[in-house]
Amino acid sequence: MAVTHTERAATPLDTFPRLLLNHAATRGDRPATREKYLGIWQTWNWSQVAGEVRAIASGLAELGFKRGDNLAIIGDNRPRLYWSMCAAQMLGGVPVPMYQDAVAAEMAFVLTDGEIRFAIVEDQEQVDKLLEIKDQCPSLQHILYDDPRGMRHYTQTYLQGLDEVVAMGRIHDKNQPDFIPSEVALGSAEDVAVMLYTSGTTGKPKGVCLTHGTFIAAATSGVDFDHLTEQEDILSYLPMAWVGDHLFSYAQALVAGFTINCPESGDTVMTDLREIGPTYYFAPPRVFENLLTTVMIRMEDAGALKRNMFHYFMAVAKRCGSDILDAKPNVSTADRLLYALGNVLIYGPLRNVLGMSRIRVAYTAGAAIGPDLFRFYRSIGVNLKQLYGATETCAAVCLQPDREIKFDSVGKPAPGVEVKIADNGEVLVRGKLLLKEYYRRPKDTAEAIDAEGWFHTGDAGFFDDDGHLKIIDRAKDVGKLADGAIFAPNYIENKLKFFQYIKEAVCFGHDRDMVCAFINIDVGAVGNWAERRGLPYSGYTDLAAKSEVLELIRECVEQVNADLSHDVMVAETQVHRFLILHKELDPDDDELTRTRKVRRGFVAEKYQVLIDALYTGKTSQFIETQVKFEDGRSGMVSADLAICEVKTFPVMKKAA
Amino acid sequence: MSGRKIGEVILDLKNITLRFGGVTALEDISFDVREHEVRAIIGPNGAGKSSMLNVINGVYRPQEGDIILRGEHHANMDSYGAAKAGLARTFQNIALFKGMSVLDNIMTGRNLKMKANLLQQAVWFGPAQREELEHREKVEEIIDFLEIQHIRKTPVGRLPYGLQKRVDLARALAMEPQILLLDEPMAGMNVEEKQDMSRFILDVNDQFGTTVVLIEHDMGVVMDISDRVVVLDYGKKIGDGTPDEVRANPDVISAYLGASH
Repeated sequence: MAVTHTERAATPLDTFPRLLLNHAATRGDRPATREKYLGIWQTWNWSQVAGEVRAIASGLAELGFKRGDNLAIIGDNRPRLYWSMCAAQMLGGVPVPMYQDAVAAEMAFVLTDGEIRFAIVEDQEQVDKLLEIKDQCPSLQHILYDDPRGMRHYTQTYLQGLDEVVAMGRIHDKNQPDFIPSEVALGSAEDVAVMLYTSGTTGKPKGVCLTHGTFIAAATSGVDFDHLTEQEDILSYLPMAWVGDHLFSYAQALVAGFTINCPESGDTVMTDLREIGPTYYFAPPRVFENLLTTVMIRMEDAGALKRNMFHYFMAVAKRCGSDILDAKPNVSTADRLLYALGNVLIYGPLRNVLGMSRIRVAYTAGAAIGPDLFRFYRSIGVNLKQLYGATETCAAVCLQPDREIKFDSVGKPAPGVEVKIADNGEVLVRGKLLLKEYYRRPKDTAEAIDAEGWFHTGDAGFFDDDGHLKIIDRAKDVGKLADGAIFAPNYIENKLKFFQYIKEAVCFGHDRDMVCAFINIDVGAVGNWAERRGLPYSGYTDLAAKSEVLELIRECVEQVNADLSHDVMVAETQVHRFLILHKELDPDDDELTRTRKVRRGFVAEKYQVLIDALYTGKTSQFIETQVKFEDGRSGMVSADLAICEVKTFPVMKKAA
Repeated sequence: MSGRKIGEVILDLKNITLRFGGVTALEDISFDVREHEVRAIIGPNGAGKSSMLNVINGVYRPQEGDIILRGEHHANMDSYGAAKAGLARTFQNIALFKGMSVLDNIMTGRNLKMKANLLQQAVWFGPAQREELEHREKVEEIIDFLEIQHIRKTPVGRLPYGLQKRVDLARALAMEPQILLLDEPMAGMNVEEKQDMSRFILDVNDQFGTTVVLIEHDMGVVMDISDRVVVLDYGKKIGDGTPDEVRANPDVISAYLGASH
């Protein structure tokens, strides 16, 4: 490194490239990035990473990438894609990570909207997508690919392997060793560090511009809050375009100097998780849900002895596990002993299977997590906490402090963040972690941030007596039943989704006299259930239409109703009728966002005929739907859907 | 890595006749395979496709005819000799060790290339260990190539059919063959699995320059991925040429594709 200690001490560490160079100088031998390749974990230490990043940056500069340019990054979590982000920042450019499973048309929108000239992509698959839409994106001039496999016959001159660019960059860097340091010196904390596109639950995606200063402040507050050190290991497997991954795998890794580990492929995450044993972990609720479902399926298949042991000790854990984790004094000695035994027999091995043996802190965010799901992980000794935030706030607004965990709140405002509730129940945020602007959308920016600097999150919530924030739902989703009772669809859906058999649920009820629901079954869990009962089925549609499955789901919904009836606030919103959809809701069909949140309005419109059937008292309804396959072709799915009535319960007074 | 440029004739089959007692499975069949090409053998059930493949890699010995591999006559080819000569194959009914892991199954494909003797392998430390590491690296490359990292340690018997087929291909590839014989690599697969398999076959052909001889029922696949097609019917050759030529051949149309084409 050409930069010496004295020079660095003079410049504050207020941009990501400066942080990187600092790590290279102060802890150059510590592992920075690992990736499993050919079955072996390959490690790059901080000084190697700094060298790679310099090479990529020099190569990009050689190709004409300059201050102010935007660099699209598309692919799975590969080390070189993370490094490319920093390389773009070194040159004063802005990385724009994009969802790798987006279809070509969606990419075209972001590429045009972000006026992107350079794209670094993972492999042939992504290159093909870009070539398909290149004509629609006049600004796109260079496409670089990380993995050369299958690329030998592409002759387009604007296509280049990252290997060549890096080789070119190394020569360039050697000839002009002062170029990169001088570019880094030009950077300032006020520069936009990254542009993340919102998932678009609310219309077209918008580019959220976040500055170095903002993101470093957000990352630092998280690092201090949980006392993260350079010793942490995390597994980076979430989409790079998601603000959560950017915060944990990029910003916090650079602030704290810990190690990120890239899985071998998307399918090996479970194995890789066990091998790495991360100490710090972050996942949206869906991942925790899937993990739990896998465990539950395997337990159902286990022998009677193991199964009974599991259920016995899980009951113990449910009773006292989270209190023990929170170091509360009110646990009896007998329970403590039982829990210790359970820890040896069940919880420890279970944590090991889940790859969570070493976890100090785990976070979940991105959507509300079902309290039961949350309780499960805490009760087996995983310090799972919730955080609340949005792309516009660098993900971190509220965090749950250690030992102050409430299952239904998202915690207290992070240090340096102000939160208040507007009159309509909307959560407002102010502080230094707010976005600079929406890219080229001053009107949207003005709408989102009011004159006093409050950012309108669009979520409805309230503070409880201890100052913990509770999020009920998206502000615009919260409605009222015809009789005036508050209807929070997400709240009910999350309760439904906690059942392993239910993958997705969509509830309706605004301005109606009762609540009705669409259900997606979980093919894995229900399929396993069906197999054990000797029920033959050919696929999702067939399985979903079985009367036995309908009965199974009805029992689940009934339990949710019983649960809802205990809470006066929501007792009126028990589910009266439901149906099981004939296809899985899919982002390719625009029914879910890329982060897999339901696009409620779209779904309601698309399946209007089903909603009508639910509310007009029909017992079945025929539907035919077009579906898109991953390769862009489409086909039709049709089915006769049975509509099921569910028992509801009288409102009960809350006991104690 | 050699490029995919179709070269000289590498395998030449001349007047092959194969009889099982009174049944003539193959009658006077001649065709050739050029280096780096994808050559398909098609035909209705019982046309003699698998027999043809079995003749090529020495499982069956033809009563008449000659097999010329890289200019050398191999009239008496046996399976060991075929493997030595750089021919690897996959099987219609998947010939893998069901109880062994994917990794171990693929390692068996390296068997012929292992030099350590039984004693050395039993002691393992030293030369055998070094050798195994080298082979393991090669196998890992194939695992990466065929994207089966997630099932590395899974016993083959527990895998779905489509993945077993891929493992079968991986095992054949582990031999680093010059000619790869694929017996219905896509039988019993759904559309998506067929697409994946086609892509892998083309990738193998493209990346390693491996010559591919394949038997396939799915006409769409055959016409898409092969350079030349030979058509068999009741043990006789009734067509030979590029997919377009074969498609236009009246004998082929009546025998196989059906009158409507």
